[in-house]
Amino acid sequence: MAEWFAMGGYGGYVWGAYLASFIVLAWDIVAPWRKRRELRRRRPARPSRRSEHTPT
Amino acid sequence: MMRAFFALLGRDLKLAMRRRFDLLQPLYFALLVCLLTTLAIGPEPALLGRLAAAVTWIAVLLALLLALDGLFRPDAEDGSLELMLTAPAPLPVLVFAKVLAFWLVVMLPLIVCAPLFASMLHLPGTQWLPLLLTLLLATPCLAWLGAICAALTVQARRGGALLALLLLPLTVPVLIAAIGTVDAALQGLPMRSPLLLLGAGAIAACSIGPFACAVALRLGLR
Amino acid sequence: MKLPLWFHRLGSPPTFYRFAGRLMPWLYVLAAGLTLWGLYGGLVLAPPDYQQSDAFRIIYVHVPAAWMSMAGYGLMAVCAFIALVWRMKLAETMVLTAAPIGAAFTLMTLVTGSIWGRPMWGTWWDWDPRLTSELVLFFLYLGVIALAQAFEDRRAGARAACFLALVGIVNVPIVHFAVKWWNSLHQGSTIRVFSESTIHSSMKWPLLVLAIAAYLYFIASWMARTRVALLEQHAGTDWVQALTQGDRHG
Repeated sequence: MAEWFAMGGYGGYVWGAYLASFIVLAWDIVAPWRKRRELRRRRPARPSRRSEHTPT
Repeated sequence: MMRAFFALLGRDLKLAMRRRFDLLQPLYFALLVCLLTTLAIGPEPALLGRLAAAVTWIAVLLALLLALDGLFRPDAEDGSLELMLTAPAPLPVLVFAKVLAFWLVVMLPLIVCAPLFASMLHLPGTQWLPLLLTLLLATPCLAWLGAICAALTVQARRGGALLALLLLPLTVPVLIAAIGTVDAALQGLPMRSPLLLLGAGAIAACSIGPFACAVALRLGLR
Repeated sequence: MKLPLWFHRLGSPPTFYRFAGRLMPWLYVLAAGLTLWGLYGGLVLAPPDYQQSDAFRIIYVHVPAAWMSMAGYGLMAVCAFIALVWRMKLAETMVLTAAPIGAAFTLMTLVTGSIWGRPMWGTWWDWDPRLTSELVLFFLYLGVIALAQAFEDRRAGARAACFLALVGIVNVPIVHFAVKWWNSLHQGSTIRVFSESTIHSSMKWPLLVLAIAAYLYFIASWMARTRVALLEQHAGTDWVQALTQGDRHG
């Protein structure tokens, strides 16, 4: 198992690449999800249609 | 139709002649780029000579980028762009007149002066003609790409930086073909095929460009 | 040319919202399953490469991401075409939601390629033709995103971005060949990382599985982002109101 993690001495590079990709994908999943939550939180307070430019 | 074409061309040229100092702007900007590059690299002639064509080309591209904001934006601000959009003459024809005027006013002086700048950078004598040829053949393509991007951003809030982000990636093939030609000439290789490619690009740009640019203008203006 | 009726039906926001909501979980599960299967095949089952030993295993994230970054641009351009020719509002929205996902895949390709380059070329970045054209692709994605955000009027921005996406798709193959040719002019700087013919089949099937997984993931994420964008655009309309009321009760 430890040998598999070492990846023949290239473990840092291989796992680094996978980690970096995972981070990018995680951002891609979380970004719309957070946006959705923000929208949901904003809506009940402001039912009117056109009130986009109120600074908070 | 031709009357509208010549009227617009004449108007743009006349406007350019009114503000003669603005005509110099791309030129001194390109010269500044050459100056700064030389200061950054150092005055050694051999090294400068090898980079001369590339530096000149980058200077021309940046000067074009700087001038592009003035292609449609003044017209959009004073309302004449809307007149063009609603004019009975077909929009691609009018756009062609505008871009031709832009090429004559901005690109042509650059083309004339660029070999001069390049020789200040110790460009080898054999590369003189290839550089001039690539500039002549590539600038129509660049002007049309630039016109399309300028048309897309004319109604946007911020012009300059956005225009750079849109235009520069699109110019990659043109730059590669142009520098490749000059390099081929330096190594004594035939430069016919890249020159033909550039020519083909120029013809394609001049035939598709007006229509694409007209569509882009209509999209931005709502 | 006329679009079939079901296509127009799908273009209505509430219908798409519901359709995507039903399809999305399946796509996510399928993509995750295929990813695990492909990674198992690639990281555990496949033998080490005789030249690069285990470092070649970066291929299993690098190459699917690279394929997807290009396919994503293609999908986006198809959407842009539909948006401009048939004036479908949903397609406009989908162009804008595809761009960040494509940019994410392009970023993945660049980062993993750079990490791979370190043991193989001995440098973090090499102006390899494929990495170079990938970098140009990244800028094309960024341009679409930036252009869409630069307008006061959201729809004008979306339509301009659609047009830029179409200009970009013409440019992508030209850039690809130009950069290849450019690289052949300046011989001697690159080492071939992988020639296609040397890939053994036990190394190859995980690659294909992961490519399919990337594709499914792209579509799932695309739908998720489009759903959120629709909620934002249509906030205050009846169907969104009904939806949120339903959410709060159930």
